[in-house]
Amino acid sequence: MLDKVAALGKTVLDNIAGAGKAMVMLVRALIGKPQLRKSWPLLMQQMYSVGVLSLIIIIISGLFIGMVLGLQGYKILVDFGAEQSLGPMVALSLLRELGPVVTALLFAGRAGSALTAEIGLMKATEQLSSLEMMAVDPLRRVISPRFWAGFYSMPLLALIFSAVGIYGGYLVGVRWLGVDEGAFWSVMQSNVEWGQDILNGIIKSLVFAFVVTWIALHKGYHCVPTSVGISRATTSTVVTASLAVLGLDFVLTALMFG
Amino acid sequence: MPSFSGKLGGLKRKEEPVMTSANADDLVVIENLDFAHNYGAKEVFNGLNMKIPRGKITAVMGPSGIGKTTLLRLIGGQLKPQKGSIKFAGHNIPELSRSDLYEQRKRMSMLFQSGALFTDLSVFDNIAFPLREHSDLSEEIIETIVLLKLEAVGLRGARHLMPAELSGGMSRRAALARAIALDPELIMYDEPFAGQDPISMGVIVKLIKSLNSSLGITSVVVTHDVAEVLTIADQVFIVADQKVVASGSPEELKQSDDPLVQQFLEGEADGPVAFHYKAPSLAKEVLGKDINEGEGHAG
Ligand SMILES: Nc1ncnc2c1ncn2[C@@H]1O[C@H](COP(=O)(O)OP(=O)(O)OP(=O)(O)O)[C@@H](O)[C@H]1O
Ligand SMILES: [Mg+2]
Repeated sequence: MLDKVAALGKTVLDNIAGAGKAMVMLVRALIGKPQLRKSWPLLMQQMYSVGVLSLIIIIISGLFIGMVLGLQGYKILVDFGAEQSLGPMVALSLLRELGPVVTALLFAGRAGSALTAEIGLMKATEQLSSLEMMAVDPLRRVISPRFWAGFYSMPLLALIFSAVGIYGGYLVGVRWLGVDEGAFWSVMQSNVEWGQDILNGIIKSLVFAFVVTWIALHKGYHCVPTSVGISRATTSTVVTASLAVLGLDFVLTALMFG
Repeated sequence: MPSFSGKLGGLKRKEEPVMTSANADDLVVIENLDFAHNYGAKEVFNGLNMKIPRGKITAVMGPSGIGKTTLLRLIGGQLKPQKGSIKFAGHNIPELSRSDLYEQRKRMSMLFQSGALFTDLSVFDNIAFPLREHSDLSEEIIETIVLLKLEAVGLRGARHLMPAELSGGMSRRAALARAIALDPELIMYDEPFAGQDPISMGVIVKLIKSLNSSLGITSVVVTHDVAEVLTIADQVFIVADQKVVASGSPEELKQSDDPLVQQFLEGEADGPVAFHYKAPSLAKEVLGKDINEGEGHAG
């Protein structure tokens, strides 16, 4: 019994210590005077590997989720004779919820795990140490550009996801099931609000972007520098980041729409 | 003059009086150093003292796992000691602020035991990296310097390869070229000869020596290759038992009748230094009983 309490206490303390380390890492990586000439190419390179390389999975998932939404929505709405509302239903589900959340989950699996593994490997092969010894701060050089790349690219990916999803809903609803095309778009237009729906969705994905990228970088930077350590850290990134996204989504939804 | 100091090491010491007290001629002075890994769980050093003379080649030898790499990391400020001071050119490394530490690190460089080349950069870019970071040289000059450094380690032809395409020995030589790219005041080599064939070994020995004699670079060489390092070192430290157990010029060490020094120079497994990591006797672990019992059984 006492052992269990002690173990629980240790886990809690470890987690607090981990959070503290993650905090210090982020602050050190982000403060300080920016050196635009050096950091711009690094940022672009990371935007490519974090953002552009995630495009395919985001587009394909968005299309399928939109198509499923169109199909399910139609089946439900047609019973009430309200299939004209399919447009706003698909658009709102995507912009408010599915776009930010599913993008964040996919991003954690695709880009987050890659970031953790890459940084963990750099640590295990002493590349981070040798940067330090060359008087180049690995936090500024390695962590910072990856953080900003994740932070900027995820909201963009979420918007692309939603746009493709809406098109998927249109394909199924209008082209296949025969909802009136004019009604689909015009009802959508009059029911989606810029502030309430689109902006809130963007805020959500900014928060998710911050959290997912941060977790991925922290897990990599503070991993045990062995092959087992790296594979654990990678798994942990996906699990922790996904849970954090789902938990935060509830909180944010309650604050925004509750 | 490749073998100058090896032959005359003993003589030279007589000319200039012994450098024991802390003076301006010591680039690194370590005093009373205590260090343990894992928050004190794994004690590595206890009361270690060491002085690394400026402009000389200092060899650090000792059994595997004794803490030689740890010592270099302490000098570089990557680890913090529990006690004691590490003065680099008068600055106490453990007490420096982050930015001061980075300033001092620009004056030193380290060849990592694993090489630690950046895997996403080509060999050329790896070696150009410190130059691009810390100098305002134009790309043409950087290219010239990089090619010269690569030529020195015999890898000029491999400049377009990625680190993953190099052999173990090649990547360590590329890392060596990167470590010397900026011609810093202090270069710490962690096992520069490991995995090298006799020819490249000879080349690296000469390279370390000539960097020292032509540019006056202070060098610390951690190595197990006793014969090679004794030909170029001015000063040798043998580390064991969490501190320096013997030091002196190569000549002095060769003539020393300390059994520990002899064991180390001759590479004998039995002697004052235990070759084995602490463990119960082999017979006990393998057979589950002591030798005496086993013999009784066989007879
Ligand atoms: N990160 C670490 N955490 C805990 N213990 C460590 C760590 N790094 C090294 N050690 C321990 O510290 C001791 C010294 O290690 P170090 O790498 O400095 O040895 P070394 O003298 O360089 O050995 P070798 O000649 O084999 O390279 C070893 O016993 C090792 O087990
Ligand atoms: Mg070592």
